[in-house]
Amino acid sequence: MEQPLSPWQLFWRRLRSRRIAMVGGVILIVLYLMALLAGFIAPYNYDRQDRDRFFHPPTLPRLAGFHLVVPHYEQLPGDFNYRAVPNDTKPIHFLVRGGGYKLFGLIPATVHLFGTGDENYPVDLLGTDQFGRDVFSRLLYGSQISLSIGVVGILLSFAFGMMIGGISGYFSGWTDTVIMRLCELIMSIPALYLIISLRATFPPGMSSAQVYAMIIIILSFIGWASMARVIRGMALSLREQQFILAARALGQSHLKIIVRHILPSTFSYVIVAATLSVPYYILGEVVLSFLGVGIQEPSASWGNMLTAAQNTEYLRNYPWLLAPGAAIFITVLAFNFLGDGLRDAADTKS
Amino acid sequence: MNLLEIKNLKIDFGTEADALRAVDGVSLAIGAGETVCLVGESGCGKTVTALSIARLVPTPPANYVGGEILLNGRDVLKMSNAELRGIRGGVVSYVFQEPGASLNPVFRIGNQIKESLKLHKPEKATNEEVIRLLKLVGIPAPESRIRNYPFEMSGGMQQRVMIAMALASEPKLLVADEPTTALDVTIQAQILELLHDLKQRLGMAILLITHNLGIVGDMADRVAVMYAGQIVELSPAKELLRRPLHPYTKALINSVPKLAGGASRLSAIPGNVPRIGNFPPGCRFAPRCPIAKPECSENIPDLVEVEAGCWVRCPFWKTP
Repeated sequence: MEQPLSPWQLFWRRLRSRRIAMVGGVILIVLYLMALLAGFIAPYNYDRQDRDRFFHPPTLPRLAGFHLVVPHYEQLPGDFNYRAVPNDTKPIHFLVRGGGYKLFGLIPATVHLFGTGDENYPVDLLGTDQFGRDVFSRLLYGSQISLSIGVVGILLSFAFGMMIGGISGYFSGWTDTVIMRLCELIMSIPALYLIISLRATFPPGMSSAQVYAMIIIILSFIGWASMARVIRGMALSLREQQFILAARALGQSHLKIIVRHILPSTFSYVIVAATLSVPYYILGEVVLSFLGVGIQEPSASWGNMLTAAQNTEYLRNYPWLLAPGAAIFITVLAFNFLGDGLRDAADTKS
Repeated sequence: MNLLEIKNLKIDFGTEADALRAVDGVSLAIGAGETVCLVGESGCGKTVTALSIARLVPTPPANYVGGEILLNGRDVLKMSNAELRGIRGGVVSYVFQEPGASLNPVFRIGNQIKESLKLHKPEKATNEEVIRLLKLVGIPAPESRIRNYPFEMSGGMQQRVMIAMALASEPKLLVADEPTTALDVTIQAQILELLHDLKQRLGMAILLITHNLGIVGDMADRVAVMYAGQIVELSPAKELLRRPLHPYTKALINSVPKLAGGASRLSAIPGNVPRIGNFPPGCRFAPRCPIAKPECSENIPDLVEVEAGCWVRCPFWKTP
């Protein structure tokens, strides 16, 4: 006899048939893997400055024989003009030794995925910024912050929002009224003003880790309300279901009924909503860092890297500084593709 | 001492000014191991009475206005929440009408039964015990069934699972609220058979709520007939079926279709059940009663013991 499929298996089967969603999912897996292995993949450290090469253009490796090679650039007189020197190349080696870093933030290591091993022949895949730092490496280190803020922020705000929403809908009555008015209060304040005024409640001059935690707290504080409202609506209808009465008749406590019986029934919605909301958290970090109140230099985040691209002169002459913008674009798009697919797959009526 | 003693229970719905009395002075006792049927039309307060035994009627909108519910001699209406949780499932278990709706659709049935064990018998919350319970309620191949989701089972199987859950903690009283209404006739018979069998083996009392008089004779020791929030007759089952005393009971039994006697029109009770909050003065059945007299609309008659064990709320019960 064929084993009947569990709801999750059915969900997975429907999701797999949606190609765009799978593409989005694969892109996200690659991005997160790269973020996880940033120190290894990045040829340089995020704060390594090459004082001979400010605003160096991207060095694109070419295939020469059986080797990938990078050309050597010489600096021309004037403002950061570089020219590739013909026939002066260095092959790219894989698994070369370079600057020290900590893999997964724990294991000290010096081996990098690729590099030339020669200071004068840098591999700056996406050029360098105004301090001569490799944009590609910083993009990878920045993704650790930008990508994880989305996920951690969602976990925090959704856990909070689900619990509050579940309580609100399950108990209803005045509990519900109080909680919902509070949610409306938070939602009625324009998010950007709220973000900036909340930022003002934290002291300046915090360490990067503190700023990171602060950004997550601020974004979650704003994000939980809308989640709580939707979960509350679902809880209101679920509490009338007979299996809730059956659970009460078995002597189950209110808290356990909310956690074990009401919230699991909202998961298919929550997973979709979470996926579609991650971009807002990523963009929230970008906004804060872009305004200079988020992640501080020299730590890299996609937001504070874009700060360098504010200047129109820079933009015109050194367009590779926009690379973090492209990364944000791809990430947000991938999340939306995946989220749309998840929504279709979770909607059993279609 | 009786296992359950409901004394003059009154339950209102709504707030003081426009409160509607759903249960009006119900008294009912159930001894250990006894089966009592609660019979009546829809909306007469059967379910509310049954839910109130474990104080499961939500307040608000409901209000316990008066009376006591003594379970093992302790008043349920005065218990703390923690005590109530011990009673629910521990002493009184419930089986509801729609088995499909009573099971949480997102969990495997084995886990749901285990959850009920964890609450009252944590030391027994094992797969073996779940399988034993499923065997007890007659589910074939329980070893593989515990991994099923509710939607993979038929209604009869789902109801068996519900019964297994209710039995997990070995309750003293099983309240079955129309357990067979959502099932087809052959499955109905099986489920009733199962309840009857389990009662013999486990020695628990059963409060069976139904509007089907057909199953009363097979199951019940005593029958309470409810009408518009009040008990109108309370008699041993055999007596009641053989010789109903209250005009409402007579009319109910009369409206059960009979196979013998050819195709005549079904006899129905004229009129409708009065809407809650809109009860007629005096005897609530008077407007529909074939033997009503003018004085019936003046005072609500009392529930009187007219013969040993037979209680009737009608002074004219002798009128044929």
